[in-house]
Amino acid sequence: MIIVKDLTKRYARHVAVDQITFSVTKGQIVGFLGPNGAGKTTTMRILTCFLTPSAGTASVAGFDVLEQPLEVKKRIGYLPETPPLYPEMETTEYLRFVGKLKGLSGAELEKRIDYVCDRCFVADVKTKLLGKLSKGYRQRVGLAQAIIHNPDVLVLDEPTAGLDPKQINETRDLIKSLAGDHTIILSTHILPEVEQICEQVIIINQGKLVATDSVRNLQARTRGDESLLLEVAGPADPLAVQQRLETIPGVSRVQLHDSKDVGMVFEVQSQKGQLVRGDLARAIVAAGWDLNELRPAARSLEEIFLQLTGAPAPAEPEKVQI
Amino acid sequence: MRNTWTICAKELRSYFVSPIAYLLLTMFALIFGFFFWNALGYFVIEGMEMQMRGQSFPMNINEQIIRPLLSNVSVVGLFFIPMITMRLFAEEKRSGTIELLATSPVRDVEVILGKWLAAMILYACLLFFTALNFAFLFRYGHPDWKPLAVGYLGLLLQAGTLLALGTFISTLTKNQIIAGAATFGVCLLLWVLEWTSGYDSSAWAQVLSYLSVITHFDSFARGVIDSKDVIFYLSGIFLGLFFTARSMESLRWRA
Repeated sequence: MIIVKDLTKRYARHVAVDQITFSVTKGQIVGFLGPNGAGKTTTMRILTCFLTPSAGTASVAGFDVLEQPLEVKKRIGYLPETPPLYPEMETTEYLRFVGKLKGLSGAELEKRIDYVCDRCFVADVKTKLLGKLSKGYRQRVGLAQAIIHNPDVLVLDEPTAGLDPKQINETRDLIKSLAGDHTIILSTHILPEVEQICEQVIIINQGKLVATDSVRNLQARTRGDESLLLEVAGPADPLAVQQRLETIPGVSRVQLHDSKDVGMVFEVQSQKGQLVRGDLARAIVAAGWDLNELRPAARSLEEIFLQLTGAPAPAEPEKVQI
Repeated sequence: MRNTWTICAKELRSYFVSPIAYLLLTMFALIFGFFFWNALGYFVIEGMEMQMRGQSFPMNINEQIIRPLLSNVSVVGLFFIPMITMRLFAEEKRSGTIELLATSPVRDVEVILGKWLAAMILYACLLFFTALNFAFLFRYGHPDWKPLAVGYLGLLLQAGTLLALGTFISTLTKNQIIAGAATFGVCLLLWVLEWTSGYDSSAWAQVLSYLSVITHFDSFARGVIDSKDVIFYLSGIFLGLFFTARSMESLRWRA
């Protein structure tokens, strides 16, 4: 459905996207992962014909973005990072405007408006001014706008950025429910989001492709040696706890993270393929200490980049604006 | 064509749901009303003086009221045009809605024409208020309507040129104030260029004076359709819209 080959976008001072090649098959949800400024938005803007590539080709549903942009645009629904809403319009009025731009008209247009309002849970704000909507609603109206013409491909740029946790979950569910009908490519810098929604992941960093893989493979690759956070209730001697933990087979490193009145937090790293959680818990309890918490240390995207690229995570470059 | 109208309707709507349109209409009606009142006052006094002196110079409503007033409108219009065009693209760029327009299956030229057309229609609404004043002349006098119609054609053509230039300038920035100020500067310059012909008859001065949008309005104000002036305005409109299209295209390469 989407084929990108050696795609490059050069700006005056830097290269935003550097020879990226990937493809997405029909019906897939693909996560486009990378830190801010990695080139996610630029790539998406090229796919949606907002920008033209400096070199390389990209095609959507068999149409080249340079040769037949109108055909590509007909088949793509795009939600930019900030939903492109006109504050002085009401929700249905806005959707009607977008629908007309996308080539819908008459009874079909009205039917689609009702459908996307229900689908994206914005039916209760149909007559509200877009400028008065909360961030969550604005995002959902943005989604409704993207799917109004029932496009083959959906391009969503950080669809959950800036939402509260409840709204994030609702939006994720919504996106998942759209997967059957559309091929979806969504960008994010939040790893769990990709794990929850996507089947396939494309990771880019500093404009370069780092990895394309299925989510499961990615998880396996990044969870070789496990890192756990363990909180022991005080009062106990931190040194004694650390020494006790280090004696457990399979543990490679123990580090005191934090020591407070309520307890101390250790980070425990285990060797690859060793499951040490049970042993850790038993050792703490057997020694007479109280185990407050034991959980896998959440891996930040930066750590994954460290692992995948072997280079330190990049400093955040200036965001490119239009 | 359908897309052009969709865009145009949307632009008109945002003019008329915000205070912009009403503010412009009110100001324009007030200012023109004042001009009209003055012109009429002079005309009446002059007429009375002539009667008292027993002279009978021919008095002509078209020459003595309508023509100078139309010239006034063409100058006052210069001040209103930046306020009409400044938001057209700058606002879309600032709020990010330009991404919606640029990624919809719509040609750039349809977007540009739609926006320009909306600006033209708003300007035509302003002119409508001047026409209300002129209607009184028909009630109490017998002016010739044809030169008046030609005058309005000239006003629309002149505004078309300046609105096209303003639309172009609005694509260059995401700041409405900058777009407005720059358009205002251009409008003012295109007015005062005419003055050079007053004291200088060199080729340069003639070229500059020819470029002034006001120079070309004179014939329309007199009620004459001069093809040379029509072509000047039409090429101005085309040039402005052409630059707008190029500017929109360059966004895709630069941004």
